[in-house]
Amino acid sequence: MTRIRFQQSLEDLKEQLLVMAGLAEQAIQRAIEAYRVRDLSICDLVSRSEIAINRLEREIDQAALDLLAMEQPMASDLRFILSVIKINADLERVGDSAKAISDRVRAMEQMAAADLPVDIPRMATLAAEMVRKCLQSFIEADADMARSVLAMDDAVDAMNKAAYKALTKVMEEQSHLAPQALNALMISRALERVADHATNIAEDVVFWVQGADVRHHKSVTGGRDPHALA
Amino acid sequence: MGVGIEVSNLNAWYGTNHTLQDINLHIPANHATALIGPSGCGKSTFVRCLNRMHETNPIARVTGTVLIGGLDIYNDAKPVEIRRRVGMVFQRPNPFPTMSIYDNVAAGLKLNGYTHRRALDEIVEKSLKNSALWDEVKDDLKKKSGASLSGGQQQRLCIARALAVDPEVLLMDEPASALDPVSTSKIEDLIFQLKSQYTIVIVTHNMQQAARVAEKTGFFLNGRMVEFDSTHKIFTNPSDKRTEDYITGRFG
Amino acid sequence: MAIFVYLIYKGAVSLNLDFFIRNPVPVGEPGGGMANAIVGSAILLAVGSVIGVPVGIAGGIFLAEFGRGTKLANAVRFTADVLNGVPSIVMGIAVYSLVVVPQGHFSAFSGGVALGIMMIPTVCRTTEEMLLMVPNAVREAALALGVPNWRSVLAITVKTASPGIITGCMLAFARVAGETAPLIFTAFGNVGWSEKLSEPIAALPLQIYVYALSPYDEWHRLAWAGALVLIVLIVLAVSLVRYVTSRGVLKGAS
Repeated sequence: MTRIRFQQSLEDLKEQLLVMAGLAEQAIQRAIEAYRVRDLSICDLVSRSEIAINRLEREIDQAALDLLAMEQPMASDLRFILSVIKINADLERVGDSAKAISDRVRAMEQMAAADLPVDIPRMATLAAEMVRKCLQSFIEADADMARSVLAMDDAVDAMNKAAYKALTKVMEEQSHLAPQALNALMISRALERVADHATNIAEDVVFWVQGADVRHHKSVTGGRDPHALA
Repeated sequence: MGVGIEVSNLNAWYGTNHTLQDINLHIPANHATALIGPSGCGKSTFVRCLNRMHETNPIARVTGTVLIGGLDIYNDAKPVEIRRRVGMVFQRPNPFPTMSIYDNVAAGLKLNGYTHRRALDEIVEKSLKNSALWDEVKDDLKKKSGASLSGGQQQRLCIARALAVDPEVLLMDEPASALDPVSTSKIEDLIFQLKSQYTIVIVTHNMQQAARVAEKTGFFLNGRMVEFDSTHKIFTNPSDKRTEDYITGRFG
Repeated sequence: MAIFVYLIYKGAVSLNLDFFIRNPVPVGEPGGGMANAIVGSAILLAVGSVIGVPVGIAGGIFLAEFGRGTKLANAVRFTADVLNGVPSIVMGIAVYSLVVVPQGHFSAFSGGVALGIMMIPTVCRTTEEMLLMVPNAVREAALALGVPNWRSVLAITVKTASPGIITGCMLAFARVAGETAPLIFTAFGNVGWSEKLSEPIAALPLQIYVYALSPYDEWHRLAWAGALVLIVLIVLAVSLVRYVTSRGVLKGAS
């Protein structure tokens, strides 16, 4: 096989992205754990990993740019590098969302505990599962696994909408609980965004592996298959 | 105006060497089509079958059909007639060494008996303009010999010479492989402009060049055509693994 | 070079105007020259060239462009090589049998034939070699323009090789210009002017030969002068052709 150095560079790029992915996944899991047990020291861990994530984002983009300029990649190599660049950005956003959640947890410590009609833990579990699965599909270059992540996004969206409805009702009817409700809403929002980023990553994996652009599959038909008749 | 080329069951031999096997493809009119593949894959042989230059070699043989603009070039026409309609530019620029620039461009016409002086002047000027060489040589047309130009200029001179006989198809066998990057860019820009008037088939080793100039690309391997599709598809998501391996540099 | 200097030394002393405008006179009479021999050589070489050059060039074109690899081409090449090796005296005898005997008399024509045949192998082989040196790319360029093969050969390939082909002709010319043996039985020589090609004709080499073998000092001196003039004329002729053709090539025919 020829282009050994180039093959190695591609492997190295994948390794770098996997390190980044590990950090992002860990950040989300820690943020959710911090929410569950209300442990501020875990919040500190999340803040610190944010720095590493940002640094890695810059390094990965630079490495990808160099490969594009120097090696004239084609076909699957080109799609791979393009996907890496996009997944890189989504992972950095996941890190941002993790930090947002940990900030909300810190804020919650200042408030009284409140019993709110939202199941944050279930949303969190689903979002974390989506992140795990989409990264697994990248590691194994498994387009089918990636496609299954796309389907999970609907559930998280639905939960977010329900949370919005329930929490605005709480804010109207029990205004003394408004700060807690707002906090919970922001956490729900952050989790919904994590799910979106996981979806994006899954779409990029499908693009890399199969060369198919499956983005915005919901399009304007609101969830229905735009190619189905009637 | 260019015409389409329809190739059916083309097989070619050099002696006992079966250099092309069962080639079928349709080359669209007024487009540039690139042919890529490793050395010895048959792409140059294929192109030479399109203007019957393949048979200038005494041990060469061809079977199958090639229709150019609907005309069966092997059964319904003579080689000389075909070559006036299908022009060729070679890998190494080959201007006629004993002739001036003017005479080089006019050679195809003059050697076929066309001597109308003013018409020749116009055709020479138009061809040199079409090959982006006019401005550089317009003052030395009859004073300088064709061989005194630089490599890139010589190749553009050869293009002008081919265009002067007003072909419908232009075959280019690795036209820029012997040229520096600046000359290569000029030739590529030229191909872009010429597409609207001619059908262009370009054989190239340089995949980036194929990607830059051609709408359709064919991948040849060991005498067969493995894949023929839009350039975009071939270079972003080819269907055949052999194509993928070649263009990503895994082999060849 | 040394020979040339020696020639000048020996020959110049006998050169005078008479040499160039007077015909030979019997021994003992003053004056006398080789005017008729000079003109005679020119005529013989002209006839020889008219026969030898076209045939030789045509043969060379055939060998290089149309008959490559064929049995006929091999036969032609073999014939040319054999002809090249034939001693000039044998050539003279052959032409004697073929031309002089049927015609019944010696003639400038038969002399020209002998010289012409001797020119053919050199012209042919040089033409072939020069044509083979034309790069194939040039031929392909012409063919790809839809130019018929014969036209491409003549207008492009031959033209490209023409400096070399002309050199070949000059080589052959210079070689036969000094040939004496074939003329002995064909042109035969003449002490006066020849009126027609069918008459015997004088030639410089012949005259030199006859004079050199004679017992007369006067004729010896004339022979030296003749040799000098012969060399000078050959050099002049070759240079003239070179000059004319080099100007023609640079102009780039339109």
